[in-house]
Amino acid sequence: MEETATIKKNWTAGLRFWSDREELLGPLFLFPAILYIVALVGIPFMIALAYSFSDVTVGNTSLDFAGLQNFQAILKTPQFITSLGNTIVFTIVSQIIIIVLANILALILSEDFRGKWFARFLIMLPWATPIALGTIGWLWLLDSKFSPIDWTLRYLHLLGEPGALLGAQKNLFYLGRVELAKASIMAIYVWRMLPLAAVILMAGLTSIPQDILDQADVDGASFWRTLFQIKLPLILPIMSIALLFSLIFTIGDMAVVYVLTRGGPVYYTQILPTWAYYKGIESGALAEGAATALFLFPVLLAVAIMVLRFSRRTEVT
Amino acid sequence: MKNLKRWLKRSLLYASVAVFCFFSASPFIWMLITMFKQDKDLYRSANNPFIFNEPPTLEHLNLLINRTNFPVFLRNSIFIGVLVVMITLVISIPAAYSLARLVGSWGERAGIGIFLVYLVPPTLLFIPLTRVVVSLGLHNSLWSMVLVYPTITIPFSTWLLMGFFKSIPRDLEEAARVDGYSRLMSFFKVIMPLSVSGIVAVIAFTFTLTLHEFVYALAFVTSSAQRTISVGVPTELVRGDVFYWQSLMAAAAIVAIPVGLVYNVFLDRLVAGFTMGAVKG
Repeated sequence: MEETATIKKNWTAGLRFWSDREELLGPLFLFPAILYIVALVGIPFMIALAYSFSDVTVGNTSLDFAGLQNFQAILKTPQFITSLGNTIVFTIVSQIIIIVLANILALILSEDFRGKWFARFLIMLPWATPIALGTIGWLWLLDSKFSPIDWTLRYLHLLGEPGALLGAQKNLFYLGRVELAKASIMAIYVWRMLPLAAVILMAGLTSIPQDILDQADVDGASFWRTLFQIKLPLILPIMSIALLFSLIFTIGDMAVVYVLTRGGPVYYTQILPTWAYYKGIESGALAEGAATALFLFPVLLAVAIMVLRFSRRTEVT
Repeated sequence: MKNLKRWLKRSLLYASVAVFCFFSASPFIWMLITMFKQDKDLYRSANNPFIFNEPPTLEHLNLLINRTNFPVFLRNSIFIGVLVVMITLVISIPAAYSLARLVGSWGERAGIGIFLVYLVPPTLLFIPLTRVVVSLGLHNSLWSMVLVYPTITIPFSTWLLMGFFKSIPRDLEEAARVDGYSRLMSFFKVIMPLSVSGIVAVIAFTFTLTLHEFVYALAFVTSSAQRTISVGVPTELVRGDVFYWQSLMAAAAIVAIPVGLVYNVFLDRLVAGFTMGAVKG
């Protein structure tokens, strides 16, 4: 009896000793997270690198070093060049539109008005919805025959009759014409990322000290002057954060293109992730697929450097 | 004159709110109208698409729930979501606490390191991860997603919780330790109860992130019975070239609107996570 009590006491004391050692608890608490990330992000990343410099396929999984062969091969295919070009153009154009519109939207949402909660709910919906499902809504909205947009244009006599502004055909075929299909994809990127960018900018706007704005008001600064010389410069760091996330989510997405156009017409709207998917998963050319996806990496590296710089700046202040 | 200017400003404000709301909501409005339409109403291009030319019907909702795999997709997504939430909490709560309090100067750097992992998109890793999943024998299984999704959710959750733990005054823990609690016990007795709202937010985001995920779910799973909402709806509810538009729209709306409401409730906390404490809320 006494013995068990001593053991129990020893055990409690031991536990007590261990659970008070910060230098042990710290790494112990952190270890599972690090392990998870190394095993399922770090190692796969290394595999991606290994694949892209080898001749691996689903059928023949031995890794033979192939040097730059995959990169040379994919650089010769027009589909890859199109995908690379599309990825760059879609991303840059949509980010420019997002950052401009998000600034406007953030200014609007910082005002007080009736029904603000509901407006915020509606505006947040595109970002809250799984993107694949949101894109289905767009697919039907842009239908080649039953698009309500086309119906409205016909109703306004802008389409579907001789001499109409947009042509005599009944429909615009948004996803069947290369330029319109590209514009539709970019519109969905904007639609999806605008809410997030706007709420991040809003957080920046509300953090501007009120006395600065009051002082500007006393000094008789106009709305535009306050906007361009006080508000925008002050929220510039937050704007880079908004841009960062918008960029990451845009590059990290393949659902929009996969669901909306499947890369078509032909392959003219393919982007790197969808092309890597067709190559690496559907056709089983692992090496080429991995090499294709890896072209996203330089962009990401640049973005990562941007964050590190930013975080260093906030540490100083 | 001043009144007129004020009135103009207000009208401009309401007009621009309306324009943004319309742009954001239009696919959802179109979903909600479409899901209740009869075929003969929907598929006549002369009909006004915005009104019910024929009486609304629940036929397609019925079809979706009783004669498609939609309930299976929903169940799969919830199963994955619940398990991923649990894994994420078990791993990221201690990690966040460790980064916030226990590890010293290099905690900050390790925190940024973990956050950077969040910036590695699934589109970069899905090919090697598919091979990893195949070699573990998890191909075509829900467990593949249970295993891999925490790589997306842990970094962000850790980051969010780290900010949360840092905002709790150290004095509280020290008081608990003076009262005789150990370091570990003071974490459970003091920090955890104070962090409930942060943890609830993490649960909400983790769950919705797993609902959103598309790339891995598409690459890992090919059989219909193991698909999630995100991939199942766009790939399975279209048979050949036949789109069941009303049912598709119903499927999208049923998921989209509740998730939208959840996001709205937790929005401020989420933004705080995204701005990395650069904004003091």
